Amino acid sequence: MMKIEADRAKCDGLGMCEAMAPDFFEVGDDGTVVVLDEQPGEEHRQDLSAAVDACPVLALKLRD
Amino acid sequence: MALVVVGASLAGLRAVEAARRDGYRGRIVLIGAEDHPPYDRLPLSKAFLDAEGSGEVEPFHGEDALRDEFGVELMLGAPADGLDTAAREVSVAGTTVPYEALVIATGATARRLPGSEGIAGVHTLRTAEDALAVRAALDAGARTVVIGAGFIGSEVAAAARKRGLPSTIVETLDVPLVRSVGAEAGAVCASLHREAGTELRLSTTVTGLESDGGAVTGVRLSTGEVLPAELVVAGIGVVPATGWLAGSGVPLHERDGGVVCDATLATGVPGVYAAGDVAHAANPLFDGESMRLEHWTNAAEQGAAAARHALAPEAAKALSPVPYFWSDWYDHRIQFVGTPRADEVVAAVPESGGFTALYRRGDRIVGALTVDRPREIMKYRRHIAGRAPWPEALAFAARMAA
Repeated sequence: MMKIEADRAKCDGLGMCEAMAPDFFEVGDDGTVVVLDEQPGEEHRQDLSAAVDACPVLALKLRD
Repeated sequence: MALVVVGASLAGLRAVEAARRDGYRGRIVLIGAEDHPPYDRLPLSKAFLDAEGSGEVEPFHGEDALRDEFGVELMLGAPADGLDTAAREVSVAGTTVPYEALVIATGATARRLPGSEGIAGVHTLRTAEDALAVRAALDAGARTVVIGAGFIGSEVAAAARKRGLPSTIVETLDVPLVRSVGAEAGAVCASLHREAGTELRLSTTVTGLESDGGAVTGVRLSTGEVLPAELVVAGIGVVPATGWLAGSGVPLHERDGGVVCDATLATGVPGVYAAGDVAHAANPLFDGESMRLEHWTNAAEQGAAAARHALAPEAAKALSPVPYFWSDWYDHRIQFVGTPRADEVVAAVPESGGFTALYRRGDRIVGALTVDRPREIMKYRRHIAGRAPWPEALAFAARMAA
């Protein structure tokens, strides 16, 4: 099962993940990423890969 | 069959990664003018200039990884010097590299300040070498003059002020950043500089440099003054790096020489696509407006798309991205989504702090800027991407400001 890992120490709150996959990521009150669903279905892999790639500070990973 | 990518910055790297991820097993050649393997330019004007930063420029992947993991033939330190679209060959390093699919990702080169040749202490900020030199000057406590109140120059000024160093920005316009964010938001950005103690000299041009023993000592202004300076950073724009395409038949923009593409990044020359800072791409989301964007996110997205389209042109789809950029000045974050080319701009200073501006074209929102409101900016992006009607965007902004 796919799992989203967010390195919140590295996260800079830029929000590209939210832009690419708003059902899974949101910039929270503290200005860093909130992962809305940490174990998404396989059907979302492409969107999530795009969101991971879109992060300028490389704070996100997809694990299997 | 070979995919040749010319330009080894972010867009070029994403092209290579996307090709392999999509299962392309053929030859890939990555040609780069700089000696370094692809590295992230984004931190060069930001964290890299901080006193606490590591002072090292790290590549996205090392050369070994690119060669072994991605199976890429690297030609680094090798500027392309010609393109023969009839023979389908790139001229580089005294040889020719044949291609079936070509991605032009040579980006843009910073404009040099006229009259600065041979004077130490005068820099642009585009490459790793530039950043190392600027950081060394800041480490030495340099009095800093930035020419051009754009985002790169502003970040240098902010880095200087953060170290407690005197900094001045000289800008020819009477309001900074008009082309990037419009006049209303530009004025707000100007106030951020003043509040932080950066001296802002608007409606002023540089008429010359003063130097002593080969090093800069001052900047002469149109007012007749000379500003003392030990570090001068020119942020006066960039020029697309397309000299190597002269005579190739690839269409180049009449104003700046960037590569002209359609919404799929195709140049119209068979097998040739372009991506990143070098590319003018039509954007269907904004009435087909042609956009050449110097944003990290744009380079990443376009690089991957250009490679996919070059390898499978029959499957190419129009891209309609919402542009996004941000800049960190002092303790503030400026974020912009969409386009500033609008019929009307509405600004608000919310009680909770920061600043918001919305940009209308016709009956819909096409742009938004926030200062220090990171939770909101991507909500505006969704409004823009969804072609939301203007009243809906205004209502959302009112709720956020409450």
